[in-house]
Amino acid sequence: MDDKLILGGHEFTSRFILGSGKYSLDLIKAAVENAGAQIITLALRRANSGGAANILDYIPEGVTLLPNTSGARNAEEAVRIARLSRELGCGDFVKIEVIRDSKYLLPDNYETIKATEILAKEGFVVLPYMYPDLNAARDLVNAGAAAVMPLAAPIGTNRGLCTRDFIKILIDEIDLPIIVDAGIGKPSQACEVMEMGAAAVMANTAIATAGNIPAMAEAFRKAIEAGRTAYLAKTGRVRETASASSPLTGFLHD
Amino acid sequence: MAIICGKSVPEADGKKLSEYIVSAGYNAGRIAVEYNGEILPKADYDKTVIASSDDIEIVEFMGGG
Repeated sequence: MDDKLILGGHEFTSRFILGSGKYSLDLIKAAVENAGAQIITLALRRANSGGAANILDYIPEGVTLLPNTSGARNAEEAVRIARLSRELGCGDFVKIEVIRDSKYLLPDNYETIKATEILAKEGFVVLPYMYPDLNAARDLVNAGAAAVMPLAAPIGTNRGLCTRDFIKILIDEIDLPIIVDAGIGKPSQACEVMEMGAAAVMANTAIATAGNIPAMAEAFRKAIEAGRTAYLAKTGRVRETASASSPLTGFLHD
Repeated sequence: MAIICGKSVPEADGKKLSEYIVSAGYNAGRIAVEYNGEILPKADYDKTVIASSDDIEIVEFMGGG
């Protein structure tokens, strides 16, 4: 099936974006491979001195790196982190994350829009993490985003599709890929949002806190593929009353 | 003395940045440097001498979501 996710002119066959936080470097390769992920997120931080291992040495060749701007509290800081990430020589993709609430880690849509506009003009492929608000999503489109990444639930909670109805509005109204990011805790939830028409799912904590990380990565891959296939197949109708699946003639008692 | 990654580093003063990076055990191929607020191209590491007034950030990628 020729069904590709296109972000900033780049084509992907996988619709599962994998986060790389909270688990050991040794498991990253297996997680990426079992997830079938072609995009993996990273964070930028002060470097470790003393010869510590670097995550880039554990990511399989050919996987697109998606640095996030976690730690940014406003647009200016997000732009600074994005530029430093690009200087690391790993491409033009950036996931904008602007957060100034430490309890729920909810994104600041206004500052996110400002950062998106600046970075899109500088040639970045900008994927903004946002609270699912239609007006903000439209502003992100106008600012040059390559996709919109609404949250399902607060980061790291594994609470699932708390914002389901508002994500559906974005899927229906926004003419960019909608990548559901944050809060998806189970493969069934990833499948559901893909059935709704999301273009992709991003998950980190659900995988990283699973009992078996590679196996959960595989389960998410299958669920996302199933949901996408179901979306393309168009789900069957829903009725109030029963509708027999078997023939209504030729019964043995007739 | 120079501030590097938020800490005073007296032994860095007067060193070439490229030398400091190696002596401190950073992985030169995996870092980016912000030098007094500006991104410093890798080609400039060898011609930059750390001064006591410098504020330097050295960053790398880590796991994140």
